[in-house]
Amino acid sequence: MPGLEDLYREIILDHYKNPRNRGTLEVPPAHRSDGVNPLCGDEIAVYVQVEGDTVTDVKIGGQGCSISQSSASMMSAAVKGKSIKDARLVIKAFKAMMSIHEPGHDPDAPPPDIKLGDLEALKGVVKFPVRIKCATLAWNTFAQGLDQFVK
Amino acid sequence: MASVAMTLDANCIKRDFPALERIVNGHLITYLDSAASSQKPWAVLRAMDNYYETTHANVHRGVYTTAVEATERYEGARVIFARFVNANSKREVIFTKNVTESLNLVAQSWGNANVGPGDAILYTEMEHHANLVPWQMLAARTGAVLRYVPVTDDGHLDLSNLDTLLDGAKVFTFTAASNVLGTINPVRQLADAAHRAGAIAVCDAAQLAPHMTMDLQAMGVDFAGITGHKMCGPTGVGVLWGRESLLDAIPPFLGGGDMITDVHIDGFTPNELPWKFEAGTPPIAEVIGLGAACDYLSGLVLDDVRAHEIDLTGYAMDVLEARFGDRLKIHGPRDPNARMGVLSLALEGVHPHDISQVLDQQGVCVRAGHHCAKPLMRRLGVGATARASFYVYNERHDVDTLAEALSSASDFFK
Repeated sequence: MPGLEDLYREIILDHYKNPRNRGTLEVPPAHRSDGVNPLCGDEIAVYVQVEGDTVTDVKIGGQGCSISQSSASMMSAAVKGKSIKDARLVIKAFKAMMSIHEPGHDPDAPPPDIKLGDLEALKGVVKFPVRIKCATLAWNTFAQGLDQFVK
Repeated sequence: MASVAMTLDANCIKRDFPALERIVNGHLITYLDSAASSQKPWAVLRAMDNYYETTHANVHRGVYTTAVEATERYEGARVIFARFVNANSKREVIFTKNVTESLNLVAQSWGNANVGPGDAILYTEMEHHANLVPWQMLAARTGAVLRYVPVTDDGHLDLSNLDTLLDGAKVFTFTAASNVLGTINPVRQLADAAHRAGAIAVCDAAQLAPHMTMDLQAMGVDFAGITGHKMCGPTGVGVLWGRESLLDAIPPFLGGGDMITDVHIDGFTPNELPWKFEAGTPPIAEVIGLGAACDYLSGLVLDDVRAHEIDLTGYAMDVLEARFGDRLKIHGPRDPNARMGVLSLALEGVHPHDISQVLDQQGVCVRAGHHCAKPLMRRLGVGATARASFYVYNERHDVDTLAEALSSASDFFK
């Protein structure tokens, strides 16, 4: 089907059908944050466990479309074991790939030098603007969770 | 399946709707989202264009020729609409922005004057947010309590406890037909039950009005909200119909021009009905377009519109069940006679959002999401559904296209 392969790459479908890090963590010590996409009803729960300066565990709950679920799965794999600082850089790089930039962003500045790996598969979402909110739901929810550990 | 004779020629009707000639992603559009908003026939578009091209002036103000004509066309549309829904008089027909505004008007103007602490407000579990939130806001303002009529597993209202729920209620507000399940509710029975309990009956008729003959006298409700854009009319115009005695008794909604007979530096006297509830310059062209939409639908004969939809809905349920079996669930009543042409689907292994995306590649437009009915979604135990909905211009061929597209979605995510 032309066009759809841009959106639904093989690796996305793999993460959708075999999501990584599904489940819950004990709260506390972990923190749970909830995200909802009011347009489509997708709901996500992101559990974050931080020890010292390191994101030691991430678990994902909730339900949603292939894009939101696979993005959450890939995100959990990408940020687990990273320092809070590096996890934030991954968030920033992913959102930049989704054409979402922080206030004051210089459009001519080079993209952050972060290897997104499998997450690059979600690049095609940008061609389907309605779906960007699906792809970023887990990330925004995770970012809220991180904020709880650095107050 | 339904054995109702098809008297509408949908293929011919389709040619009245220019937007249905659109090519989307290389395919002729298959528009199956009329429950969200219908397409517009030439007759409506031309009526609005003609008004702007020949007549436009503000209404109820000028003495010059075109201003008088604009007022006549605007008020003429009110008469057409009053006849279309069998209102007692045009004084009962108030133009609003949409059903949402109509229901907010009732919840504010009637609600503030009639609902107090401890009074009950009854609605149903299958309401659109437009018929939930205004009442929740009213409860928050007044200290009233909220109650709801639950939905059964087969998608009907559970009326077994209705009289208890109505005990102490000031208002019972319900949809005439569910925008998710398609269920057609027993409006007269609900209105009578409300009245026996001393409550008023408010009806969200957004889904019903476009599809079958609507007789407000026979429905027995006190207020009803109708929107133009789901019944071949333009966006930006809806109607609140209300009983004249009730409309007379309650205070105005929005304040401003047109809704007054006199204003002093320290107060105002409201205008008479229906203008008492129409503040500011109204959507004149849209109202004229709505009048043209009523004429268009009357020309098709609404009983035939309904018969056509029952046939199409029965055909769709048969085709989809035969092709997908247990892999597909259609929410709501199985009997096409008991429901509207609205099919909320769950397809095994494919999220509704993804269904809609894959179908779009084939030019098939279906809605994915919670359909502004999140409490009902929770009752159904789903986050979202994919919804296909039919109207006068849809034909069996569109159902076949839908079935093919759903197959490809199912294969894609296998």
